Amino acid sequence: MSGERYSVFSLLRETLRGHSGWKPAWRKAVPQKTYDIVIVGGGGHGLATAYYLARRYGLTRIAVVEKGWIGGGNVGRNTTIVRSNYLLSGNIPFYEQSMKLWEGLEQDLNYNAMVSQRGVLNLLHNDAQRNAAIRRGNAMRLNGVDAELLDREAVRARLPFLDFGNARFPIQGGLLQRRGGTVRHDAVAWGYARAADRLGVDIIENCEVTGIRVHDGRVLGLETTRGFVGARKVGLACAGNSSRVAAMAGLRLPIESHVLQAFVSEGLKPFIDCVVTFGAGHFYVSQSDKGGLVFGGDIDGYNSYAQRGNLPVVEDVLESGIALMPRIGRVRLLRQWGGIMDMSMDGSPIIDRTSVAGLYLNAGWCYGGFKATPASGLCFAHLLARDEPHEVARAYRLDRFGMGAVIDEKGMGAQPNLH
Amino acid sequence: MRLTCPHCGSRGLEEFSYRGDATVQRPALEAPEEDWVAYVYLRDNPCGAHRELWYHGAGCRAWLVVERDTLTHVVHNVRAVCREETP
Repeated sequence: MSGERYSVFSLLRETLRGHSGWKPAWRKAVPQKTYDIVIVGGGGHGLATAYYLARRYGLTRIAVVEKGWIGGGNVGRNTTIVRSNYLLSGNIPFYEQSMKLWEGLEQDLNYNAMVSQRGVLNLLHNDAQRNAAIRRGNAMRLNGVDAELLDREAVRARLPFLDFGNARFPIQGGLLQRRGGTVRHDAVAWGYARAADRLGVDIIENCEVTGIRVHDGRVLGLETTRGFVGARKVGLACAGNSSRVAAMAGLRLPIESHVLQAFVSEGLKPFIDCVVTFGAGHFYVSQSDKGGLVFGGDIDGYNSYAQRGNLPVVEDVLESGIALMPRIGRVRLLRQWGGIMDMSMDGSPIIDRTSVAGLYLNAGWCYGGFKATPASGLCFAHLLARDEPHEVARAYRLDRFGMGAVIDEKGMGAQPNLH
Repeated sequence: MRLTCPHCGSRGLEEFSYRGDATVQRPALEAPEEDWVAYVYLRDNPCGAHRELWYHGAGCRAWLVVERDTLTHVVHNVRAVCREETP
């Protein structure tokens, strides 16, 4: 790696000279004529893919093209939660791979991403949910993932302020993954961008793809707002815009784009020391190091490319929050925003080749893209470099819908059919 | 976002359920499997004008065809579904 290494000594040195010596963390690259591999989308997944291509697979001549700026998309819009508490065998090894990469991420990238394994607690409110949690916990443990069933008193000892006596949804316990937690999302984007840049990856911001040049069923490169960029292989990691970009190559995807809102409250003294999810409604909350409650809920439920949502879902999320923690009733909301989710039809992602030679797809992350960032990058890099799926991402095929091999972890994709 | 139901007038979003893309057409029974897979799973998912189905569950319970912009959320037209286009 070239460039300066961050350490306590570099921090001390810069402190003494008024932080005047820091260099930009990555170059402002200008697109070259051709690359071996171009990744479309400079979000977490795209940057991680470029990083692992260079680092693990030893490839060079890689570019990431991004229509906006690094950190401006979903990687900076999520609720920062990481976990691997899945049930299905197609999912557990993948998300556990991601969890392991999170655990070593900061040392690997030489970047402080504030990885905090504070625990993720899924609350249970009835016998059926307890049975489902026991089953999921067992599936996790069979796959070497930590899972712990807490009874009501164990939950109360940790989070005494929850509404345990709620008449409709009394809290009866919870499934805890202690290794889950939160990671500072912007730092993930910046850390991957810096580490990839130091390995020679060109990160080209403000460069929107306007067309995919295909000849004889093989990709030749990309038309962009900064000119044509030739590529032997193109990897799409465009999240909510996956359908739009894939359509440029004539592909129709099993994806709908939906808006998902997230919220941050004013800063409060620390009182929630883990990630808590409400089992009786869609609500999840954690407390940031600055003290703000970071929380979210369901997608708005209609197709949308607007990075803002509507009030009924705001009300729904806040009602769930109050039902879970009545004490936040007078907390003021500081910020609220929306991100565009690529909702696949079974709620699980796609990391696969496409019908166009040299064009690869990484999409369909639904609500869960952030936690998957490192493994998604690693598996997509593996696919791009070796032309075969990584062993933990074999189930994420594009053709699984036609084969009937859908991965219905929660039975909800774009249309959960719950209303 | 509000929808103007042809029967009930302008109503808040919470009265409606979204039922997806209105342009997909159910294939004939004897159509090849790919057509059925496309019908069930594949979507154009446009950024811009979108024709979609909504159900006025907490109102007149009519099925509606809504023309809406997915980028701006501007609703251009709302009308009741007619029998011929029922999927």
